[in-house]
This record gives sequence, structure tokens and C-alpha cells, in this order.
Amino acid sequence: MELLHAIPFDQILIQTLNGLVSGMILALVASGLTLIFGIMDVVNFAHGEFLMLGAYIAVFTVLATHSFWLALIVASLGTGVIGALVYLTTLRPLLGRDPLTTILATFGLSLVLQNYALWQFGPVARKIPEPFGGSITLFYLDYPLYRLLIAALSAAIIGGFWLFLKFGTWGIWIRATTQDRVMAQAMGIPVPWVLAGVFAVGSAMAGASGVLFGPLVGVDHAMGFDWILRAFIVVVVGGMGSLGGSVLAAIFISLLEAYASLWVSPAQAGIASFIVLILTLLFRPTGLFVATPK
Amino acid sequence: MTHVAEASHPETAAKHGPLLKVEAIHSYYGKSHILHGVSLEVGRGEVVGLLGRNGVGKSTTLKAIAGLVHPSRGRVLFEGETVNGVPPHRLARAGISYVPEDRRIFPLLTVTENLRTGLDRRGVTASRKKELLEKAYGYFPVLSERRNQAGGTLSGGEQQMLAIARAMMLEPKIILLDEPTEGLMPRMVSQIRQIIDVLYRESVAVLLVEQNVPLTLAASRRVYFLEKGEVRHHAMASELRADDDVIHRYLGV
Amino acid sequence: MRDRQPIVFWTGFAIVLALLIIAPLVLPTFWGRFLTEILIWGLLAMSSDILIGYTGMVSFGHSAFFGLGMYGAAFALLATRPPSLWAALAAGLVAAAAVAAFVAYFSTRLRDIYFAITTLIFSQIFYIVIFTWTELTGGENGLTFSRPALAIPGLFSLRFTPMTLHWFVLAIVIVSYLLLRRITQSPFGMVLQSIRENEARTRAIGYSIERYKIVAVMLSGLFAGLAGVLYALQNQFAAPNFVFFVLSGEVVIYNVIGGIGTLVGPVVGAAFFLLLREGLSRFFTEYYLIPVGLMFIAIVIFMPQGLLGFARRWLNR
Repeated sequence: MELLHAIPFDQILIQTLNGLVSGMILALVASGLTLIFGIMDVVNFAHGEFLMLGAYIAVFTVLATHSFWLALIVASLGTGVIGALVYLTTLRPLLGRDPLTTILATFGLSLVLQNYALWQFGPVARKIPEPFGGSITLFYLDYPLYRLLIAALSAAIIGGFWLFLKFGTWGIWIRATTQDRVMAQAMGIPVPWVLAGVFAVGSAMAGASGVLFGPLVGVDHAMGFDWILRAFIVVVVGGMGSLGGSVLAAIFISLLEAYASLWVSPAQAGIASFIVLILTLLFRPTGLFVATPK
Repeated sequence: MTHVAEASHPETAAKHGPLLKVEAIHSYYGKSHILHGVSLEVGRGEVVGLLGRNGVGKSTTLKAIAGLVHPSRGRVLFEGETVNGVPPHRLARAGISYVPEDRRIFPLLTVTENLRTGLDRRGVTASRKKELLEKAYGYFPVLSERRNQAGGTLSGGEQQMLAIARAMMLEPKIILLDEPTEGLMPRMVSQIRQIIDVLYRESVAVLLVEQNVPLTLAASRRVYFLEKGEVRHHAMASELRADDDVIHRYLGV
Repeated sequence: MRDRQPIVFWTGFAIVLALLIIAPLVLPTFWGRFLTEILIWGLLAMSSDILIGYTGMVSFGHSAFFGLGMYGAAFALLATRPPSLWAALAAGLVAAAAVAAFVAYFSTRLRDIYFAITTLIFSQIFYIVIFTWTELTGGENGLTFSRPALAIPGLFSLRFTPMTLHWFVLAIVIVSYLLLRRITQSPFGMVLQSIRENEARTRAIGYSIERYKIVAVMLSGLFAGLAGVLYALQNQFAAPNFVFFVLSGEVVIYNVIGGIGTLVGPVVGAAFFLLLREGLSRFFTEYYLIPVGLMFIAIVIFMPQGLLGFARRWLNR
């Protein structure tokens, strides 16, 4: 078994960590998407562009204030507001209609946002500097601390949101609206506000992930596309509307891709997630990580 | 939840007339003309029945009152004001509470969480919320036992209790009950009767849509008969209890 | 009034056809080629309309069908000596059909958004494969080849001029249009439209939805592949960026802007979009997509029948 000797164990360790880190970011992106889908049956094609906008807002905030953390907050809030505006102008009029139209409308939106970014910021990638450098020594390897922080923060944001959903008044409103929109209205829940709010929060999550991910790669107008594709896959594999499912699926897929890229090029490793999607759709269409098929 | 004092206040009683007034509403579902000019009234704290065969538009009438369906013609007046087109969540907060035909409790929320959906309104203090919750558990002890269970795991009868209790959490002025006894075992029917009595004691008006004639006659003060989207007859329940012909004519029972 | 309609239609058709035939004779070379390209994209848009407009399935996978048609033709033209037009057509169509069958098998059980995403992902899979399999496909640089002659071996051989190529493309596009029109008006087409209107009811009546959808995807893929072959013939190169999802997106834009479910609409949409791009690129360079995108969104919200539908209604007043 030559293959056994060829397995680079330290690289596997690094890839595991990389997989976990990007998995958590992917989970954050996908959480926003799955929340929005769960509550209003809308898949936001432009979700990746919210990630991109968040990253750009952070670029400029950091330039102005030199504070990464402030940038994170400003970018998240900013994307949330933009999300709310988009929802109110473009999506709310379409809510009752054919699902085809929201797919098309959000697709159009992603084109507009991408090209707007290209127009305003140019094709050259920008940089968000890491808030701190340094690495941690795991076994005999050095792994950048910042990456671990991203994973922890993403987990914290998702966890925080999960708690919010579980307890809190708004949490009950969101869950009730997701389960039965009509009866939620009949119970006095201000559903139009809840929908707008969820869309804003989902967008803010995308924006936050853009900021967290920004220092790892460059920030450019097209960065959202890859994410949206993988986020879709995560949402489907994890079960539409399931927060926990998305997290598990995101980690699973990211690890898979990370390991695959040990042997093939990263572009080709991306096919791994596509294959998972196809298999899920064939055998367990409600989601691999959903407890029982509905 | 005591409106008795309010109702007997001379100013309030004189100001608005009937609590709920439906004036000749028409409603369509696609091309089907469902309601052909339905008119009815419910007074404060009154229990009114709405009888009729399947498919005549009873549920649609309730939905129109609750704001879930928009009448194409006619008006719905609540406390003297036209409420056509007001979003359902505002009507709910204004005092119209709706219990649909298939209960539709929130399946993945616990019993307590289901009740809480009606409690989180402006102007309700934390202590009042607690009071209302305890009251609900007092009236429905079976719900108290299942406080932390998911709504979807309850039996049909228990879900009906939950649906009504949840509606009561809104402290409504009127509750629209759509076939509460449907699919329930006979012994539960008397429980429903008791609940309606409780609502009456709490001075909550009830518009009761039912196919169970004896229950309706026993619980209501007045009864409307709906046929093919129109109100065909209207009488005091006391008269109807003595007169079987009318029942046979409109319900074929 | 109803009796007049076919006459009106065929008259209009004849006029447009005549104009398109004369066009290369009067237009300068650049615009002549541009017109030929519009026809090719129009064919692609028509093929997509079968799915979007008639069956109600938004597909982001047409770039795969188009691209594989293009590469299939490319392989044939590189493999045959002298390069054979018919081999190119055959290879391109077979490749596109194979891809369509593959995609259809996996995705037709899925509704709306799942279908759209899956077709998008298939596009991307093919893109990645083509992009990275450099030995076979030339990778990033694509493949270049020479244009074949219009030939029947043993009988005659005519080299294509831009003008004759235009007529050749026109002939194929017209025939395709008539074929597609016939199909959409046939009982089969009616079932497709019924699926678009109300899938559950169509299934309840007894139609096997999956089978119809699979045929629809195959049909759509075939004509998209044909467009790919024509493109290869006209431009003499095949490149991976044509397989990238953005192309599928543009096709969807042509459909929506022109008017889905009309076959002619998407062609109009393609022409509109391409002319707009040509025009705006003088001023905005690459950013023409911003006003186009906004227009697209506005049309989706306010004018869902597209320009053609809007014009039709305006004319019917």
C-alpha cells in the first residue's frame, strides 16, 4: 500500500483545521440563507453579494478607523440595513407570487450588486488586515491564531443566535412564523416585521462572514459567488430551514473539500461538495443531517 | 380578562352598538363566488352560532372577520369601525381572536411557547402574563401537565384545548371558533361546552361555527343559518330548541 | 379575429425572414456578423424558453448544453480531415444530448429552486472539468480550429463566406423555430404548459410529470447544443468561459426581458440585450450590467410577461 506511505499526516492535520475553520464560516453564511428560506420560502441568490458588501464595508471602515472589531460591527449592521431595504423594495412585493420570480429577482440583484462593486471599487482585490497575527503550536505544527478565532467567532454568532431563537420573544415569533405564517398573524405577531427582520439578520450574518473571511483572501467583487454555491449545497444537504443541520453539513462539506485538495487541485476539490449534493438529492432529499426524512 | 365591568359601563354600551357587525360581504376564491352578501352581528359578550352544511362559506366568513380573507364587497365593522383590509395581526391585537378549523397550533413550539405567542403584546406586564398563563393552566389542567411538550405531540383534543387557550391569551373581545368539536370524541364535546361557558363568564363574545347542532343550540343565544354563501335564517336559540323543522330544512339533519 | 391571427403571424414572419435574408447584403461586415450572433443567441434563448416559459422550470444549466455542443463540434472539426460540417453537427448534438440526459436524470425530480441550483451546479462541474482537463480541452485557452466547408462528400464543397454562413445559420435557426413552435403547440406542449400552471393537478390527472420534464430538458438541451455548434462554426474557437454559469444567467435574462413562453420573445430579448451591451459599452464599458440588471429586476416585478408580452397587450388595446 504505497498510498499509506504517501499520506502526509501533518498535512491532514492542517487540512482538518482548515476544513473546520472554513466550515464554520460556511456555516455562518448558510445559517443566514437557511433561516430566510425557512421563514419565507425565498432563496436569496444575492446572499453571496451581501458577504461581499460586508467585506468591502469592513475594508473602508478599517482604513478609516484601524479597528477590525469596529469594522466587523459596522459591516454587519450595514449589511443588515441593506438587506432590510432590499427586502422591502424587491422581495416583499413578490412574496405571494410564483417562486420563479424570487429566484429571478434575487439573481438580477446579485448581478447588479456585483457589477456595482466592480464599478465602484475596481477589479483589484482589497485587503482587510488581520486583527492580530501569531500562531499557536499544535502538536508540532504552527497554525495561525486568527483562523482559530474566526472559527470560534462564527460558532459564537451562530450559537448566540440559536439561543436567541430558543428563548426571547422575537425568537418565539420567528419560530412561530416559520411554522405557520397565517396563524402567527392570527396571534397578533407582526409578521411583516418579523420577515423583514429575519431577512436583515440573515444578511447581516452574511456580511459578518465576509468580514471574518476577508483577511484570508482578497476582497473583490466576485468573492460571493463561490460562497453562495457552497452555501446552497449546505442548506440542501443540511435540510432547508434547519440551523443545526446547516452547521453539520457545512463542516462535513468543508472537511471533505479540504481533504480532497490534498490530492487534486482546489478547483477540482470543489466538485466533492457538488457530488455530495447530488447524492443527497437522490437519496435523502430532505437533508442528510435531518433526523428523520419527512 | 374581565370585561364585565366595561360592558356595563353606560358610555361604552351606548357608543358602539354591536361589537361585531358584518355587512353584506362578498368573497371570491379565484373565480368561485363563495360569500354572496353575508350579514350578521355579535353583541358584546354574546355567544352567537353559525350553522350550515359543509362548504357553504362558514369558515370563509370567520376568516373574513379575522382579516385573513379580504371581502371584495361589503364591510366588517368592529366596535363601530370598518376593519376591511386591516392586517390580521393588528386585528388580533385589537381583540379579534381566531381559532381555525384544524386547530393549527404551532407544532414545534412547546405548550407554554404556544400560549406565549398570544401574550407578548404591548401593555402587558410580566406579572399579568404570568397571571394569564396560570389562568390558562387552571382552566385546562391537561395543558399544565404538558407544559414543556411540543404542540405537535398532543392529541387532537388536547390540541383543541391549546388552540382555544392560546386564543384566550390575546385577552380578546371576541373569539371566532371554527368547528371546535370536529374530530373530537363525544365526551370532549361537553368540555368544549364548558369552555364556551367560561368564555361567556369572562364576557368574551363568541362566534361559533359548528355542525354539532345540540351544542350550538345549548351554548348560543342566537343562531344564524348559512346556505350557499348567504344568511338564510336567523333566530333565537330558545325558539330553535323547540322547533325541529327549521333545523331539518337548513341542515338536512 | 381568431381567423386573422395566423395570417397576421405568417405575414409578419415572412417580412422578418425577408429582412434577415437581405441583411448581410446591406449591412457592413461588423453588423452582419453581429446579426448572425444575435440569431445564435436567439436560438439558445429559445431553447431555454422551453424550460422556463413552457414548463416553468428555471434552468441555470444552459451554458453546459451550449458549451458541450461547442466543444463537441470543436473535437469533430479537429479530428476529421477535411473538417466535416456534418460530423461537427452530429458530435455537438450528441454531446449536448448526453449532458442533457445526465442533467435531466438527476434534476427533474426537483422542484423550482432545487432544480435551478442543481442545473447551476452541473454547469459548474462541467466548467471545472473542462477548465482543468487541459490535455483534452486546451484548458483556459480553449480550442481553435478552422471552419469546415458546406460539403456533401463526393458531390460538392462550398467554402463559407460570412454571408453564406449567415444564411446557413438563419436557415437552421428558422427551422428550429418552426420545429419548436410546432412542438409547443402540440399536445406535448400543452402538457408542459399544464405542468407550469399547476404541477400537482397535472400529476393528479395522470401524467407522468418526470417523464415530460426529462423530455423537455432533453429538447431544450439539444437546441442549446445546436446553438453551441453554430457558435463554434462562426467563431472557430471553443473556450471554457462559455460553460461558466454567467452565460446561463444571461440566457435567463434574455428570456425574461423578451417575454417567457413566447419563443419569439427570448429572441427579441437576446437582440435587445446584445444591442444594449454593444451600445452601452461605448460609454460604460463593463458596467452595462448595472442598468441592465436593474431593468431586469423591474421587469420581473412589474412586467412579468417581458417586453413582448407588454407590447402584445399594448397592441391588443
